[in-house]
Parts: sequence; C-alpha cells; structure tokens
Amino acid sequence: MNTAPVRILSLLVAGVALLAGCSKSGGGSEAAADAIVIGEFASLTGKEAAFGQSSHKGTQLAIEELNAAGGLLGKPVRYVYEDNRSTPGESATIAKKLISRDKIVALLGEVASGRSLEAAPIAQASKVPMISPSSTNPKVTETGDYIFRVCFTDPFQGKLLAEFARRTLKAQKIAIFSDVAAPYSVGLAQFFREPFLAGGGQIVAEQKYTGGDKDFKAQLTAIKSLKPDAIMVPGYYTDVGLIVAQARQLGITVPLFGGDGWEAPELIQIAGSEALQGTYYSTHFSPENTDPVAQKFVAAYRARYGGETPDAMAALGYDSAMVLADAIRRAGSTESAKLRDALAATSGYAGATGATTLDANRDASKPAVIITVKDGKFQYVETIAP
Amino acid sequence: MTELLQQLINGLALGAIYALIALGYTMVYGVLRFINFAHSDVFMVGAFSGYFLSRYVPHESVAGAVFVLLGSMIICAVLGVVIEKLAYRPLRGRSTLTALITAIGVSLLLQNLGQRLFGANPRSFPALFPQRQFTFEGGLVISSGQIMVFAVTLLLLFALRHIVLKTRIGTAMRALSFNPVAASLVGVNNDRVISFTFALGSALAAAGGILYATNYPSIDPLMGTLPGLKAFVAAVLGGIGNIAGAAVGGLVLGLVETTVVALGGSTYRDAVAFAVLILILLLRPNGLLGKRQAEKV
Repeated sequence: MNTAPVRILSLLVAGVALLAGCSKSGGGSEAAADAIVIGEFASLTGKEAAFGQSSHKGTQLAIEELNAAGGLLGKPVRYVYEDNRSTPGESATIAKKLISRDKIVALLGEVASGRSLEAAPIAQASKVPMISPSSTNPKVTETGDYIFRVCFTDPFQGKLLAEFARRTLKAQKIAIFSDVAAPYSVGLAQFFREPFLAGGGQIVAEQKYTGGDKDFKAQLTAIKSLKPDAIMVPGYYTDVGLIVAQARQLGITVPLFGGDGWEAPELIQIAGSEALQGTYYSTHFSPENTDPVAQKFVAAYRARYGGETPDAMAALGYDSAMVLADAIRRAGSTESAKLRDALAATSGYAGATGATTLDANRDASKPAVIITVKDGKFQYVETIAP
Repeated sequence: MTELLQQLINGLALGAIYALIALGYTMVYGVLRFINFAHSDVFMVGAFSGYFLSRYVPHESVAGAVFVLLGSMIICAVLGVVIEKLAYRPLRGRSTLTALITAIGVSLLLQNLGQRLFGANPRSFPALFPQRQFTFEGGLVISSGQIMVFAVTLLLLFALRHIVLKTRIGTAMRALSFNPVAASLVGVNNDRVISFTFALGSALAAAGGILYATNYPSIDPLMGTLPGLKAFVAAVLGGIGNIAGAAVGGLVLGLVETTVVALGGSTYRDAVAFAVLILILLLRPNGLLGKRQAEKV
C-alpha cells in the first residue's frame, strides 16, 4: 500500500492543501478573554465526513444551547474546532495546537477510534480531559485517566451482535469481512468472534480488506463458496455500501450485519435500497426513541438544521458536550484535575442517548439499538440493554 | 469450479478497466515518449462529469447512459487539449524530466481543484445503465456492469487500433512518434497531431472513469490516484507505447490482483501489483509485448 509514489504524492497533496489553508477555526474568534474554551477535532471532510458532520452538528447545537442559557459558571462558552479530513496523521497536530494555542479546557472528538487514538496521548500528557463522542474501541480510554467516552465500547457491541446473530438471525455459520486498516473494525470483529464461538457458533471465513478499496468481489466470491448463514461486516459506511452492493451482485442473499460504523444516509445512496434489504446494524440511538430528553433533542436538532433528523453520531456529539458541561458545573471550576474528577464521577446523566454513567474505565455503559434498512429507510428493530 | 470461474470473471472485469485507463497512458507515451501523470485525474474528472451530466437524463436507460458517456468523453477531450496547450506545449523540446514534473504538477492541481469544487466527501454515482444479474448453472453470476466494461473496452480498443493503423491522422501520429522533425518536414502538423492524441487519450480516461464509477459507485476527487497507478503498471507490463500491450497488461494485472485476494492475501493486493512493476522492469524492461529498441545516440 505505502508505495513510494503514493506516499510522495500524498505528501505533496498535503502540502498544497496546507498552503491553501484548508483548516477552519470557528466560533467567534475574538471572543471575551475569560470565556471557557472547548476544543474539538473532527472528520468534517473526507471518507468519514458524514459521521464527523453529524457529530459536529450535535456538539454545535449543545454549545449554542449552553450559551443561550447563560454559559457555564457565568462565562460564555467558546467553541474551537478543526478538520482532520478523515486522514491519519492530522489529529495529534490539531490536538497540540488546540491545547497550546487556544488554551482549551477540554477536548472533544473523534468519531473514528483510530484518530481518537492519535490525539488521546497528547491530551493525556497535557492533562486536558478528552471526551470521545463515539469512538468505541476500548484502547481509546485505556490511554490514560484523562480520556473519557460517552458511548458504549466494542466488547459490548461485539457481544450484543453475537447474541443478535444467534437469536434473531438464527445464524450458526458466520463469515467475517473486516477492514485491516481500521482499529475499530479489527476490534469489533475480535469482540464478536469470542462470544459467538463461546455460544456454539461457527466462523467459516475471515476475509479482510483495506479501507478505501473499491473492488471486493474476490473476497466475497470466496465467502460465498463457503455458504455462511450471515456475513458480519464491521466497517465504515463508504466501504460497507460498496460491499453490500457487490455481495448482492454476486448473488449473495444471506443477511449482512455490522456495527455503528454503518449508520449514514450515504450507505443507502451507495448500496441502493434494494441491496440493503436484509441488513442490520447496532447503534447508540434511534430518533424513534420516546424518552422525553431524546425527543426534546430531536425537536431542537430539527429546528436548528432545517428539518434534518439526527442520527446516533449527532446525539453522541450533543451528549459529549453536555456531559462535559455537567461536569464543569459540578466541579465549579475548569481546573484540569477538578474537571477530570467531576467527569469520572458522572453518574446517571440524562442525555439524548439515554442515562450516561461513566465506569471505572471511563467508558459509558448504556443500551444499544438494532436498526434494519427497509425500503430505503432506517427502521428500529429492538433495544438491547447492557 | 464455479468459484474459480467467478474469480476469473472478477479479475477480467477489474483488468478491463485498468486496460482502458492504460490505453490513454500508452497513446501519449507512444507519440510523445512522455508519461502523462495527469491522466489519472482526467479519469476522475470524467467520473465527475458523468455524475453531473447524469442529472439531465433518465437513470437506468441505455440512451441516457450513452449520452453521459459521450458527453463526458467530449468534456475530457477538451480538457486534455487545454492541459496540453497550457502546460506541456511551452515545455516541448525541453528534457523529459521537466515534462514529467509538470505532469505531476497538473495532476496535483486537478486533485486539489477537485477537492475545492466538489468537496472531499465521497459521492454516490447514480446507476446509469440498466442493472441486471445473469445467473448461470452452479451459481456463476455476471452483472450487466461487468459485461458493459468488457464491451466498451473491446470496442474502444479496436476503434483505437483502427485510428492508429488505418487513418490519415493515425499515420501522422506514427510518423511523429518515429521522428518529429522528419514528420514536420514532410508536412505533418505536429501541434495538431499532438492535440488530437491528447484529446483521444483523455476521452479514453473519461470512458474509464464512467465505467469505474458505475461498477464502484462511490466517487471522490482522489479516486484516480490508485487506479491510475495500477493502469500505469499495466501499461508498462504490456509494453508502454503498445496498444495491444496495454490491454494485455491490464487484464494480467486484474487477474493477478484477484488471485492474490482469492488466496487470502487481500492486504497484499496493492503491494503485489507494484511488485509486478519492479519485476517487469528488472526482467523485461520493454514489457510483455514490447520490442527491444536500439537507443539512439
């Protein structure tokens, strides 16, 4: 993959992009000096932009609501964010810049575990609390005691997918098709494998791809010949869309399923609604949830973004800022050690994605929902409690 | 057995697209002795032109698809001529290295312009052709998209051969490739022939872009880089400058990649493709179908 011409080309591209000034800093640049500054690094463009944008819009909404309610500790909240273009090697630099130049009190981000893992050591070393809205790989918070997340983790997601495959899909033989370039995908595949095998299931094939590939027919043909009952694809939506479409083209009719990396409208655009019949994924939030906090969030989001319905990433982006705000209020200060302790003590905070309690590993334990795609629309199937 | 045949079809379909892009590299190299690295980005522009043109035609109709295909081929042909006029013509007669570096510059310009204009997010390419799957006994499946790739590649391959071997302009192209000074002495308008070559090569890139996007319907401004490099490998593998060689090289590369993946080495697919390039340069620098040429001093 890393051939010299590709590397040189991408370096040059990066250079040109830097010169062109692709990164943006937002939110009242010359705001009051004694504002509380919250930083965010996000995938606003590139491969996972649908996730980054949703999450970012959720966070933006939360900050606006906070400021409309008079800010935090009597000070306005200033929001500084920067785009990492969904590429590796940018997030650490952005984190450093936000911490040293913008003097942020806390860092929010990212949707992809791989990029959260790049920024986390920087936040930990500078003792700036970091909250990831939706990175599910366990390694993210293992980085250190200043790193938190407001979503469930892959061991939980893997376990519930194993249970779902066995109980709802009644699948005995599973093929796994994972992205070797994404820690999220590798991790989720692994956390699915163990409980599924322990429950008496059988893994008949394990094929791999590299995120950004376009042709998956060779692997899918190999999978098809082993006749699995279902195929698990723990990837991100751009690749998953092509995989589902090509699987159906090859005459694979069994269900395909995966994790929260699937959830984006682009999935339906790329794969087409017909190919997606009989596919399922687990996620953090459903806009059909009747919980009052969730409904209030859905209504506010629709009002703010021209009727657009929020997805899980938006809800988690919102919750990440709100959990932080809650901790700042309880700490009564933005001093880093106090804020860290307050975050660690978060218990039963009623957010858009349900009650958030941060455990000893600084991970949130909360219920998951299973969604299917029917006639080109995402549809709620069931909720699975932790 | 079915699996083997299915993999064979997968490999050939992938290879046919590489072949189509490789034809453009080979055309320009054959005439000018210069690798046009911007070719892979003209391929991207072809896919994006198709994306925007498809808004004006009914989807999944043959007439609409043909309109989009021809439309973006024309757009890219014009783009190819403009690139040649502005970027390469002023440097003609300088060292090949200068032209090569300019080509890389044009490539980066197109990529970043693409990101500026279209955004860096992948877009989904609409279904242009009617989509159908043909299932054979034993579960062998061929999709209409794959058939389309074979058909268009073959058609363009023969059209190209005909143009180069049987027409006046083709004769002029060969004369120019043989000796530019002598060609102009006997009345060949070099500028016009070179413009034509770029128009033809870029139109082929556009066709490749459309077919690639219909088979893998997710397009972005950097989509050309990897297929472009692979097609370059294919062109060198077959013998750069040789039209049949580009086709053979593309098919071989597609089959090699598919075999590597089928054997479980999916993470090595790109590495193997580029290892093929190194091997061919070491063992047979003129490619599979290339002829050894005496270096002029």
